[in-house]
Amino acid sequence: MPGAIPPIYPITLQHGLVFGAALFSVGLAGALTKRNAITVLMSIEVMLNGVIVTFVTFARHAEGTDLVGQVFGIFIMTVAAADAAVGLAIIIAVYRLRRSVQVDAASTLRG
Amino acid sequence: MLELAWLIPLPPLAAVLAIALGIRRWPAASGWGTVLAVLASFALSVPVFLGALTGATIERTFSWLPVLPAPATGPAAALGVGFQVDPLTATMLIVVTSVSLLVQIFSLGYMHGDRGYSRYFAAMALFTTSMLGLVLANNLLAIYIFWELVGLCSYLLIGHWHERPEAAAAAKKAFIVTRLGDVGFLVGILLLFSATGTLEFSTLARMASSGQLHDPTLTAGVLLIFCGAVGKSAQFPLHVWLPDAMEGPSPVSALIHAATMVAAGVYLMARTFPLLEHSTTGLIVVATIGGFTALFAATMGLVSPDIKRVLAYSTVSQLGYMMLAIGAGAMSAGIFHLFNHAFFKALLFLGAGSVIHLVGTNDLFQMGGLRRWRPVAFLTMTVAALSLAGVFPLSGFWSKDEVLAAVATSSRLDEPVRSVLFLLGLITVFLTAFYMFRVVFLTFGGTYRGLAHDHPESPTMTVPLLILLVPTIGSGFWGAPMFGNSFGTFLEGHSVAGGMHLEIAFSSTAIAVAGIFLAWIMYGGGKVQPAAAMSARLRPIHTLLLNRYYMDHLYGWIIGRLVLGVGWFAARFDDLVVDGAVNGVGTAAVAAGVALRRAQSGQLQTYAWVLFAGVVALAALVALPLVIGGRG
Repeated sequence: MPGAIPPIYPITLQHGLVFGAALFSVGLAGALTKRNAITVLMSIEVMLNGVIVTFVTFARHAEGTDLVGQVFGIFIMTVAAADAAVGLAIIIAVYRLRRSVQVDAASTLRG
Repeated sequence: MLELAWLIPLPPLAAVLAIALGIRRWPAASGWGTVLAVLASFALSVPVFLGALTGATIERTFSWLPVLPAPATGPAAALGVGFQVDPLTATMLIVVTSVSLLVQIFSLGYMHGDRGYSRYFAAMALFTTSMLGLVLANNLLAIYIFWELVGLCSYLLIGHWHERPEAAAAAKKAFIVTRLGDVGFLVGILLLFSATGTLEFSTLARMASSGQLHDPTLTAGVLLIFCGAVGKSAQFPLHVWLPDAMEGPSPVSALIHAATMVAAGVYLMARTFPLLEHSTTGLIVVATIGGFTALFAATMGLVSPDIKRVLAYSTVSQLGYMMLAIGAGAMSAGIFHLFNHAFFKALLFLGAGSVIHLVGTNDLFQMGGLRRWRPVAFLTMTVAALSLAGVFPLSGFWSKDEVLAAVATSSRLDEPVRSVLFLLGLITVFLTAFYMFRVVFLTFGGTYRGLAHDHPESPTMTVPLLILLVPTIGSGFWGAPMFGNSFGTFLEGHSVAGGMHLEIAFSSTAIAVAGIFLAWIMYGGGKVQPAAAMSARLRPIHTLLLNRYYMDHLYGWIIGRLVLGVGWFAARFDDLVVDGAVNGVGTAAVAAGVALRRAQSGQLQTYAWVLFAGVVALAALVALPLVIGGRG
């Protein structure tokens, strides 16, 4: 029937998980490969977002009506904000010391 | 009164504790306190002895430890503690307390000004306590405990002047050599206990006479116990410690040689005689070792230049006589000789101490003419030497004669053994008389050859000599055959067979006089040239005797080889295995560190990689079974 409303494609569990895993992987790749400390920090934030997506997806599809997964996501965002602040502070401290934000430059603890 | 016999060892023990807990700061108090304590023991011993003389005996046992029954025999066994008083114990109590008392009184003067004065008296008191405990004990275990205490005290006293290396070495030697015998003793105790389930002498004696305790256990047991006695009483081949024990102060030698240490071995054999007499092999071994030791030690006494060493060899020799008598089946003769010997040997050692105190040396050839400066020592030592030589009518004559007669008429020894041992005994009589009068002539005869000056002597050092003179002269009559040998009757509980053996008495006395005469020819008037000429002519024998048959060298060589050999292996083991393990642990830790520090690159992202790999590995570990299980 023309003009019919196209069928609704619901966002399934698989969609959410694949998206979360993709975000996490992108973040991980950045965190492991980028030399700039700020980029590494941003990549870690992306990884955290991947985790949040996974939590929320599971919470959405879990049975029952409690909001544990969603609340978890909010908590992670709060903590991510705090660790971004701490991370940036560390980067500033390292920059003052070494005039550089390259992570491979900070290797004084080499054994 | 016999009920209270267990109190006898306590006063000296109290003295030990008092000295240890503080009296030691006042030397005079330590000395006199010990003398009073031993006097108290003596005062307690006298009524016990008198009670025993009337025939009273007592034995008290209190159970101490139950022991699992021996698998072989089955009877429930128990260890007891207890004491007993019988004629043997009563005799020993008198000997120990009286000699100890006189020695302590002598020590008051002899040790005056010594730095270890209080320590000395504490050890002497403990020595007395241990010996009294030993003679009162009624079972083998208790005897063993006191036996070891006696050994400990001898160690402490021989090593009293421990800052001198010879004294320290002699103390160690005494301790270790006697310990060799004690191993056998302990094994013997365990053997008898596992066979009978009891250690009490009265029970063991009953079992032996009823045949319940029989060969080979009986013979093995008594021979193992004899091992202990060989060590303690310095019999061949464990005699080597006693001459070296002369490094201790002279009164210690007097106590060791007369009443305590060496008497313990003879006492032990007398105490276990009810077992020994049922073992023919045991009797022969004891008699042979005793007879051989008597002669062997006497020959070494002939040449020693050291006055105390001569006396030490004479002690070894006389102990051999006692063992010989016990082995011949005449226990009372052996103890009779022990009884008499205790007094005159204590006298000889105290007299030697008096002389050494004056001249400051043990060397006979630096003495001479001392009869003028030490008349009391001269008189008493001469009488004691006559007694030791066995001259009528002094105490040594009676007991030595009884020993010889017992050997000659022994019903327990077969013919060739009996005659040989008797002959050994007679030769020893000659040698004994000779070496004792060699000492007397060299010490007191002629003119003084040394550099010391006369100085007055404390009366505490002369009075004990004079008191000891009384038993030296008179104690023999107690066992004299013409008075019915009441000593033997007292000790054995029945009349001892055998009257006066006139032919033995005459021959042994004649031999002794001949020995004295030879000594007079060679050393009379303090001259030394004839003896020097003689020893030059008999150079090899003289050297052999002077070096004590090279027994010490032999032991030194064997032990050196053995100890060094084992030590070499132990050292290698230590170097390679023990140290190797210890060093290996360290090296391994270092190597691990070297390897692991490579991982510490300091690169944050490397760590992150590792972290990630770890997470993946963990996830795989958790997920894989689920995946596989889910599919399966």
